[in-house]
Amino acid sequence: MTTVLFSYFAGVIVLMAVLVVASRKPVNSALSLLVMFFHVAGLFVLLNAEFIAAVQIIVYAGAILVLYLFVVMLLNLRAEESYHKQYLVGLVVGLAILIEAVLILSRSGFADRALPAAAPAPDVLSGNTEGIGRALYTTYLFPFEVASLILLVAMIGAIILAKKGMFGKEEKRSLR
Amino acid sequence: MVSQTAAYLSQYFSIFLFIILAIGFGAVTLLLSNFVQPRLDLEEKLSPYECGSEPISDARNPFPVRYYIIAMLFVIFDVEMIFIYPWAIVFDKIGFWGLFEMVMFIGLFVFGYIYAWKKGALQWE
Repeated sequence: MTTVLFSYFAGVIVLMAVLVVASRKPVNSALSLLVMFFHVAGLFVLLNAEFIAAVQIIVYAGAILVLYLFVVMLLNLRAEESYHKQYLVGLVVGLAILIEAVLILSRSGFADRALPAAAPAPDVLSGNTEGIGRALYTTYLFPFEVASLILLVAMIGAIILAKKGMFGKEEKRSLR
Repeated sequence: MVSQTAAYLSQYFSIFLFIILAIGFGAVTLLLSNFVQPRLDLEEKLSPYECGSEPISDARNPFPVRYYIIAMLFVIFDVEMIFIYPWAIVFDKIGFWGLFEMVMFIGLFVFGYIYAWKKGALQWE
């Protein structure tokens, strides 16, 4: 059953990833990306990582994708023909990388090794969100604080970068 | 092991059902209205009338950058929410320092929020 579900999720992910780069309308690309994010969340559920699955949906499907859509609208992209002149190059490079990956995997004995056991299925009652909370707020306090600083820097940087373009012209216009 | 995995996955059956229902509702509504609706392609119906104004340009205009900065701030506060979520589950078990850390975390974000407010990033005009 797990194998069937994995094949479904992985297949849809690959298909949607191809659609993201192959579809002509940017909004269609973004929506394919949305479907892909949901299926990646499904993969995380299969790995017993339910908290990461929730993060995947809340942050990636909820917030990052909105950002992408806004960029599409900001740049006023239209259906574009010129993306699609590189199929041949892409095919050759992709095949080369695929052969390389297969060679590396088959020579390194990775396939012979037994798969590491999946994370133990979390408790029905608490789930692994509690484990993440315990680890994050006791053992990994310092990285957590660093993360909050990085987010603060990101916020200030975003405001400064966007404000330059936002108010530069308007302020001059209002001054005159 | 197999039964354990099945038991774990069976917790998600209600979510699966929910997704199926959500997709089914959208698909059935669209299909049904497509079959049931009357089709009158009259000229009056397709033209803007009375209070509608004639379109003067393409509908796909570039958006102001303001939308982008709002989305950017939303992403950052969304990530903050992700950090608060596991904390809310264990905050009664990790003692004073857990609380202190979260106060510092939220304090930093309040600082960023005040900064965004002062800079006028949240203002529309």
